[in-house]
Amino acid sequence: MITRWLAASLFFVGLVVVWHLVVKAQIWSPLLLPSPLSVLDYLRSAAEDGTLWEATLVTVRRLLMGYGLGILIGLPLGLLTASSRWCHDTIGILALGLQTLPSVCWVPLALLWFGQSEAAMLFVVVMGTLWSLIIATDNGVRTIPPIYRRAARTMGSTGLHTWTHVILPAALPFLISGMKQGWAFAWRSLMAAEIYVTILSGFGLGQLLHYGRELHAMDQVIGVIIVIVLIGLAVDKSLFAPTERFMYRRWGTERA
Amino acid sequence: MFTTEHSQARPQASKLVLEHVSKWFQTSSLHVHALDDVSLRIAEGEFVCLVGPSGCGKSTLLNIIAGLEHPDRGTVRADGQAVDEPGPHRLMMFQESALFPWLTVLGNVLFGLKLRNGMSAAERREKAEYFLELVGLKRFMHSNVHELSGGMKQRVALARALAPNPSVLLMDEPFGALDALTREQLYGDIQRIWSQHRKTIVFVTHNVREAVCLGDRVILFSPHPGRIREEFAIPLPRPRDINSVDLARFATEIMGVLKGYVQSEVAG
Repeated sequence: MITRWLAASLFFVGLVVVWHLVVKAQIWSPLLLPSPLSVLDYLRSAAEDGTLWEATLVTVRRLLMGYGLGILIGLPLGLLTASSRWCHDTIGILALGLQTLPSVCWVPLALLWFGQSEAAMLFVVVMGTLWSLIIATDNGVRTIPPIYRRAARTMGSTGLHTWTHVILPAALPFLISGMKQGWAFAWRSLMAAEIYVTILSGFGLGQLLHYGRELHAMDQVIGVIIVIVLIGLAVDKSLFAPTERFMYRRWGTERA
Repeated sequence: MFTTEHSQARPQASKLVLEHVSKWFQTSSLHVHALDDVSLRIAEGEFVCLVGPSGCGKSTLLNIIAGLEHPDRGTVRADGQAVDEPGPHRLMMFQESALFPWLTVLGNVLFGLKLRNGMSAAERREKAEYFLELVGLKRFMHSNVHELSGGMKQRVALARALAPNPSVLLMDEPFGALDALTREQLYGDIQRIWSQHRKTIVFVTHNVREAVCLGDRVILFSPHPGRIREEFAIPLPRPRDINSVDLARFATEIMGVLKGYVQSEVAG
């Protein structure tokens, strides 16, 4: 365990060292490639004057709202398309099609419909999350071995009980991987939205990124990218990784 | 047809009555006549084995008795009541382990018990532990399903099927995927359990020796369409050893009949 930590730390320290050496070699202008230290400086000052915390808070709040709403709508819709052929042929096809649409494509639509508002932001995130979640849920429920349902039926399980005690738990590995994918999509959509939708109701990480570009503040751009990556990693390690570990233990090697 | 001479003197009340059961399946390219006019009476506490080559409809018949499928013609009655859906007195055990991987061993055995009314949590727990003890797996009750071997999984499946106290146990090639040694142990287990807890058992298999080892009666099916071809009463004393000479004699006789009609079908 310690050696793994050591190896990982060495790798990332090495990455920063390489970055530093490339800057030192002065191949590119420092305007385009700032040194690790100047990025750190930016992060420190942004943390001290509060802009970074505020932006992170705004972004994470939007993310959670959009992602939560996406799950709240997507999960039941996925169950619906999995259980009814009619829904599969209609909502299922719609989801399959829209899933392939890059979420940034929703931005112009959102801007025209909702203007420069939080609603536009929310709309883009929900649209970015929803469809892949429907597809993942539908897939998950459909790949459940039919024998589980039959076994449950002979033991007297019917209707709602079968859904809550057999189908949902049996589909759980797929639901979790679908939610993980949905989380990644939500992030992508929100960043697209924040870069294009400039509103005064909240200044998120994407907007910080956007103004970094406008001001040619490369240290800000790279600093914000690092923060975004770190938040993504933190969520994965604290939320999804333990769930996956639990399922790996329960289900065994074949499903997880 | 009915040559049954029961070795055990038991009341001859019919637990299961099947009359003129027929079933067709329609696939995209085929119209399969799965069962043709199958009539069968199974007595309370009887152990009946349905034997036949694959495609003879024996598993379909079991599903019909379970209430998972419906016959296109004919009737099935259990305790005089028409069967049209799965009922609490008929539990099924499947070939591949149908245990739920999201539950522990104990959780699996409790699943069916929780669907029974009028039992406290403590009573359910006690019952589950009793049946796990019966199949020799009580110390694995907190294990996860994937940690068990194939034979252990089927033992858990047996405990899960027995725990809600069904009067009929339907077994669909439950030992088909197991190695010979494990199977032999389970033959011993199932006979012991059957002698302790008299259940009516309908056991589907394509293994003639297995059928002779376990059944009071062996019912031979022929395919295309699935029909009852012949019945054999097996008056051997219990517990039976699958390797015994007497048992082999019965198995050879039945095997001969089976080969006869399989060949005639290939030739015809």
